[in-house]
Amino acid sequence: MNPTTCRYTKDHEWIRGDNGVYTVGITNHAQELLGDITYVELPEVGADAQVGAPVGAVESVKAASDVYSPVTGQVAAVNEALEDQPELVNQSPYDNGWFFKLEGVDASEVEALMDAAAYEAYLEDLDE
Amino acid sequence: MELIYEKSRKGRRGIRFDALDVPEAAFPEEFRRKDDAALPEVSEFDVVRHYTNLSRRNFGVDSHFYPLGSCTMKYNPKMAEAVAGNEGFAHLHPHLSSSAAYWPNCQGAFQLMHDLERLLAEIAGMQEVSLQPIAGAHGELTGTLLMAAYHRAKGNTHKDTIIIPDSAHGTNPASAAIAGYKVLEVPSDRDGTIHLDAFQEVLTDKVAGLMLTCPNTHGLFESDVRKIADLAHEVDALLYYDGANLNAIMGRCRPGDLGFDVMHFNLHKTFATPHGMGGPGSGPVGVGERLAPYLPGPRLKKAGDSLEIHMPAKSIGRMAAFFGNFMMAVRAYAYIRQLGSEGLTEVSNHAVLNANYIHARLKEAYQPAFSKRFMHECVFTATPQTKHGVRALDLAKALLDYDLHAPTVYFPTTVKESMMIEPTETESKETLDRFCDVMLDLAKQAEKDSAALTEAPRRMPVGRLDEVRAAKELNCAF
Amino acid sequence: MTWVPTTPEEQQEMLSVIGVKTIDDLFETIPEPLRLKQWDMPPGLSEMKTRGLMAELAGRNNRDCVSFLGGGYYDHFIPAAVDALSARGEFYTAYTPYQPECSQGTLQSIYEYQSAICRLTDMEFANASLYDGSTAVFEAAAMAVRLKRKRRVVCHESVNPRYREVLETHTANLDLDVEQGDDPTGAACVIVQNPTFHGTMRDYTELAEQCHEAGALLVVIFYPVSLGLMKTPGEMGADIAIAEGQSLGIPLNFGGPYLGILATRKAHLRRMPGRLAAATADAEGRRGFVLTLQAREQHIRRGKAMSNICSNEALCALRALIHLCLLGREGLKEAATHCHAKAEYLKSQFDASAIVNDGPTFNEFVLRLPKNAEETVTAMQARGFFAGVPLAPLDAGEPGDLLIAVTEKRTRDQLDAFARALKETAWN
Repeated sequence: MNPTTCRYTKDHEWIRGDNGVYTVGITNHAQELLGDITYVELPEVGADAQVGAPVGAVESVKAASDVYSPVTGQVAAVNEALEDQPELVNQSPYDNGWFFKLEGVDASEVEALMDAAAYEAYLEDLDE
Repeated sequence: MELIYEKSRKGRRGIRFDALDVPEAAFPEEFRRKDDAALPEVSEFDVVRHYTNLSRRNFGVDSHFYPLGSCTMKYNPKMAEAVAGNEGFAHLHPHLSSSAAYWPNCQGAFQLMHDLERLLAEIAGMQEVSLQPIAGAHGELTGTLLMAAYHRAKGNTHKDTIIIPDSAHGTNPASAAIAGYKVLEVPSDRDGTIHLDAFQEVLTDKVAGLMLTCPNTHGLFESDVRKIADLAHEVDALLYYDGANLNAIMGRCRPGDLGFDVMHFNLHKTFATPHGMGGPGSGPVGVGERLAPYLPGPRLKKAGDSLEIHMPAKSIGRMAAFFGNFMMAVRAYAYIRQLGSEGLTEVSNHAVLNANYIHARLKEAYQPAFSKRFMHECVFTATPQTKHGVRALDLAKALLDYDLHAPTVYFPTTVKESMMIEPTETESKETLDRFCDVMLDLAKQAEKDSAALTEAPRRMPVGRLDEVRAAKELNCAF
Repeated sequence: MTWVPTTPEEQQEMLSVIGVKTIDDLFETIPEPLRLKQWDMPPGLSEMKTRGLMAELAGRNNRDCVSFLGGGYYDHFIPAAVDALSARGEFYTAYTPYQPECSQGTLQSIYEYQSAICRLTDMEFANASLYDGSTAVFEAAAMAVRLKRKRRVVCHESVNPRYREVLETHTANLDLDVEQGDDPTGAACVIVQNPTFHGTMRDYTELAEQCHEAGALLVVIFYPVSLGLMKTPGEMGADIAIAEGQSLGIPLNFGGPYLGILATRKAHLRRMPGRLAAATADAEGRRGFVLTLQAREQHIRRGKAMSNICSNEALCALRALIHLCLLGREGLKEAATHCHAKAEYLKSQFDASAIVNDGPTFNEFVLRLPKNAEETVTAMQARGFFAGVPLAPLDAGEPGDLLIAVTEKRTRDQLDAFARALKETAWN
């Protein structure tokens, strides 16, 4: 269920590269934990994103969480559709519910993150 | 129900003033607002009927059993309202304190505050008390700022962290963060009290203080509290007592004797000042010897037969413009004087008796979250009920249909599907029995007809409301 | 005397259901060495004695003088219905509306209050209340710092000196510069007050533009009753409008409880402290009200919350709402008109050269007396007046400066007698 094309962080973000542009979102597990998402705060296009630094936030009725950048890079685009339709994150966390795109990323930084199998093992550990 | 704005009729008036008995004065045009403030145009009787009917869409302690854990929803004696209505208190202007020339006019207020400070200090085993903080969380912030002042004076500039158990009220980490500290949360043990090893592991020289609630938010007494205090003091970290649960231990033990350096009281919990739909509260701080010089000012002091105020040299300054929620202090003082030594002890005795009685009656049908002896509140988990598709929230909603307020169900976050029940000392055995009978009945319903519970409440003015829609539309003003 | 209803027989029954012999057994988790051996507490009293004691204390406060005290806290008329309605147990003894279905009275009243504040100030969103005016200044500054991520807060000389002290205490341990002035360069916000602490009207429209150009917010502290006539914070371009709400149906209470009002623009809403009620509906489409955006608050976001506030001043907000409804559109204007006209009348009794204010005033002004103001107010008490707030002890004026406030409650006779007495006392 977690796409093998993505890499994952312990904070439940995913990242996926395509010709040097990397798309970032939150995982299915994260959206399930949050429940109905009511608001997404996105970074500004052009902003520097430092690995592990908060670059946005996501709110539901009963929870709120910062969104951290999985790697270092510059924000190339943000998903403006989330402004009016935050529920896209619930409906389609890996596709229409993406958060932002990064450029100038060191590919090895992405490779160092968990792959789908490792992330699923990590989730199982969390459950216990 | 209609909004008061929907009842507005053009030209209708509430109150009127006398005709102006001085010449009219021209209001400078450049400072005049463009349009009138569109307040409702209603009669006094419109207002009275509207808010009387609105009030009937509320549960309050006067009308309903309200076992909201951690909030201490006890009976608020009418005596306290009568004394607060006294014009000598209610109409006293705060700037009478701003010039020594006026102090002879507020000696009764000074005396009351002075005496209440002494009584609170004695109840909690503290050296001195300031009534300034306006609510419990404001007391926490004050206490944290007092710790900061102490460490600054001692040159402990490396101390940048405050340790807080994961079971603590959300205000604890929020207050510490707002005071400029890093927050380190430590997990509770499986038995529901602080994990001594985990605590020792994080107790470094960087730690400025530790914030504890005792009994904690699981309703359990922290039996290792003295050990924790000694360990903290070894690295010059200070121990903060969140007074939210002081009502469990009055006359039995005192935070000061347990090793705490600083604390807040919740006058609206322990000392029965009314909760008023969420406030006003009052959160006086108490301190031991270490922090006394830093208390917020002004402080009261005797000068012959009268009382004066002054700002001590090391004081952190004003946490509020004047003396905090003075009228809450008036009510709490009357409450403490009427109860006296025996009465205060009886409060704690019966708060603990009532909680344990509910625990004993419900422990077969619901799973207690911990096996230790509960004090003034008991915490269950509805995890077994979730097998039938019934969550703690459903049980909470179902209770409303029986005219019983729900226990606390969103907290503590350390317990899944928690139900935190605090009956308080002022409820009678038959009220507790009725609550327990209904809870037992709901446990049976959960097994047989869970759908009925998940659709509750049915008898309230509204059913479950769409909170997602509220958060998306943000219709927050008419 | 206590309010515990349990009889000795019931107590025994309960103990046996629990399975212990005595109440002491329930306290065994408190280690023996930590138990209280004795304390120095007075014995209890009957209600009759308690009330006598309290009446005696209240009697030692003097409220027989005609008051001209203001300085942010005013002796306005409070209609009886405000007391009668806010004293209803269903409001008074309820708590935070955690269960909205049984708290619609509370939630609808918060929604109506928020609406009233927005209409009063021309702002878009108001929260459910903060503690008081002084702490609202800190909350507004902290909100601006969150929004702008700058570490400089500018507090204008117009601001009540007590508020400034409270702001400084709250920020003492933060990496934050609190400065005086009105230069928005590099600042998260500039905080101003209208009317000023000395009572002078100010228009901050230009300052708002300067703030926005410099990337700072403008925080305007307003006086609710003045908005019956006065240009609003919204009209001036304020980003955050805050106030001490005491003047809206709340007694003087010797400092509290009062009401912290905070209103803002939609763009800043997510960084606003405090509770917020919103309209929504249930499954059957019935309108109802809930608390919303709670995920910003301490009980969910803990250390990362927008504020640590939990208990607020909901009952005082209800008083303010009822008061504003009773006044209504016309009544508020009338109250403001009376305050202004009566203050102007009193001002006209004194030589213009004694008036310190450098612009038009609303209901308060500063007189520079030829004598020490503190000595003068002592003498004026003997003549039955609380003559005003001496400014020197507040570091807000010269030794002769006296801040004099007038509300709609003062009659022409009182104003005439006061002017006469003050002239005889201070100019003799």
